[in-house]
Amino acid sequence: MRDRLNQTLRRVPTWVIYMLGMLPAPWFFYQGLTGALGVEPIKALEHKYGELALQLLVVSLAITPMRTHLGINLLKFRRAVGLLCFFYVSCHLLVWLVLDVQLLDQIVADIIKRPYITIGMAGFVLMLPLALTSNNWSIRRLGPMWRKLHKATYVIGLLGAVHFVMLVKGVQLEPLIYLAVIIGLLALRLPGRRSSTTTPVRRQRA
Amino acid sequence: MAYRWTNDLTHDDVTPKSAYLNRRQIMAGMAGLGLGAMAGGAQAQDTLEPNSWEDVTTYCNFYEFGTRKGDPAENAHLMTTSPWSVTIDGMVDRPGEYDFQDIMSEMTVEERIYRFRCVEAWSMVVPWNGFELADLLAMAGVQDSAKYVAFETLYRPDEMPGTAYRVLDWPYREGLRLDEAMHPLTLMATGIFGKDLPNQNGAPLRLVVPWKYGFKSIKSIVRITLTDKEPPTSWNMSNSREYGFYSNVNPEVSHPRWSQATERRIGGGLFAKRQPTTMFNGYEDEVASLYDGMDLRKSF
Repeated sequence: MRDRLNQTLRRVPTWVIYMLGMLPAPWFFYQGLTGALGVEPIKALEHKYGELALQLLVVSLAITPMRTHLGINLLKFRRAVGLLCFFYVSCHLLVWLVLDVQLLDQIVADIIKRPYITIGMAGFVLMLPLALTSNNWSIRRLGPMWRKLHKATYVIGLLGAVHFVMLVKGVQLEPLIYLAVIIGLLALRLPGRRSSTTTPVRRQRA
Repeated sequence: MAYRWTNDLTHDDVTPKSAYLNRRQIMAGMAGLGLGAMAGGAQAQDTLEPNSWEDVTTYCNFYEFGTRKGDPAENAHLMTTSPWSVTIDGMVDRPGEYDFQDIMSEMTVEERIYRFRCVEAWSMVVPWNGFELADLLAMAGVQDSAKYVAFETLYRPDEMPGTAYRVLDWPYREGLRLDEAMHPLTLMATGIFGKDLPNQNGAPLRLVVPWKYGFKSIKSIVRITLTDKEPPTSWNMSNSREYGFYSNVNPEVSHPRWSQATERRIGGGLFAKRQPTTMFNGYEDEVASLYDGMDLRKSF
C-alpha cells in the first residue's frame, strides 16, 4: 500500500506541483477584484495569501517526519513546496505594502514599532537566502553548509505561527492550532523521538 | 409605581424654539448636509455617504457568533430576539425588566447618520434608527448617586456558537461614564436603513457611541446597570494595555500593534485609499468638552 503510494508519487512531475501551487494567487486576486472576497477585499486577500503560505510551511515541515515516521516519501516535492511558500509570503507582503498600508513612513514605523510585523518581516528576510539557494547548483556549491542553512526553516515556521497568533484580537483558536502543529512537527525531529519511532518502519520495509 | 405618568410633551414644550431649531440643524448636519463644515473639513463631508446594506450587514465583529467578519451574518440567525427584555437596575428609581415592545412604544425613533470607526482601523458610515440613550435612562429614573452606566450583551451559548471558545470573558460587557451616556449623540439603535436591526448588527437594540471605537457600541443589550464605580468592560478585561475604558477615537494614540492615524472606508474595493482619522471620529466639537483637563494618552 505504502510502496504503491510512493511509486505513484514518484511518477508525478514536480512541474505539476508548481503549476497547481501557483493557481490560487491570480484566482484570489480575481476574487478580490470581483467582490467574491467580501466588502473588505484588501485584508481578505492579505489573509488568504498569508494563510496559504503558513499551510505550505506546515507541509514543508511535515515532509521529513512523514518519511521517517510513516514511510511516505514526498522528498521530491520539498523544494517546490518551499519555493511556493516563499512565493505566497511575498504575495502577502506585497499586498500589505502596496494595497493595505500604502504609506511609506507608516510601513517603516510599523516594521520597527509593531512586534508582530517585526516578527513577520524577520521570517521573510530569513526566507530570502533559502529561496535563493533552492537549486542544485547551490546544493553542490555549499555542500554540508546547505543542510545547516536550510534548518532555518524551523525558525521560520515558528516566526510565521507566532506572527499569526500575535496579530489577531484576543486569544483566538485558529492561530494557536497552527502554532501547536508546527511545534509538534519540530518536536518529531528531536533526536530521542526520531530513533525510537523510526525503527519499526525501517524493519517493515526490510 | 412605574408609568403612572405618560410623557406627552414634545421638545417644543421644554426647549426654547431657537435651541430646538439649532438642534435640528445639527441633525441635518449629521445627515450629511453640513457636518463637513462643522467638524473636520471637506474630507469628513465626502465620507458621509452611507455605506451599502451589504457592507454594513456582512462585515461585522460579533464574537459570540465567531471571530471572522462573515461569521455573524452566517450564524446570528440562531439568536432569538423576540421576546426580548432589558433589565435596568442599580441606581435607578424604577428598576425592573423592561419589555422591548414597551420600550419602543415609549420612544420616538429617529434617523442618525454616523461615522463608525472600528479599533481595527476600518470605518463605515451607517444610517441608524434609534432613540437617545438619555431618554431610555429617564424612563428608569437615574438617581443622583449614579456615575457610570454598565451594559451587558445576551449570553445564550446554545444560540451563540462563538461562545464555545472563550475568546472573551462572556457575557460581553461595556460601560460609559454617565455624562457620556447622557450625551445627545449617544444612541440606542433599533434599526439601520429604516429597517429593524439585523441580528448580526446587534438586534433588537444596541448602543451607538459614534466618537468611540466600535467595540464600545455594545450589541443585543439585555442589561443596563447604573453604578457609582467604573464598570469592568470586556476588551479592557482581556487586554488593558491595548483597550482602555474610554477608547475615544484618537489618531494620535496608536494601538500598541497598529497606528490609528489612518483608516480605510469599507466598500472601496481592492484599491481603496486610506484616509486620515479625525479626533473623536469627527465629533470633536460636540464631545471634546466631556474630557476637559484629562490626559487622553493616559485615559485612552
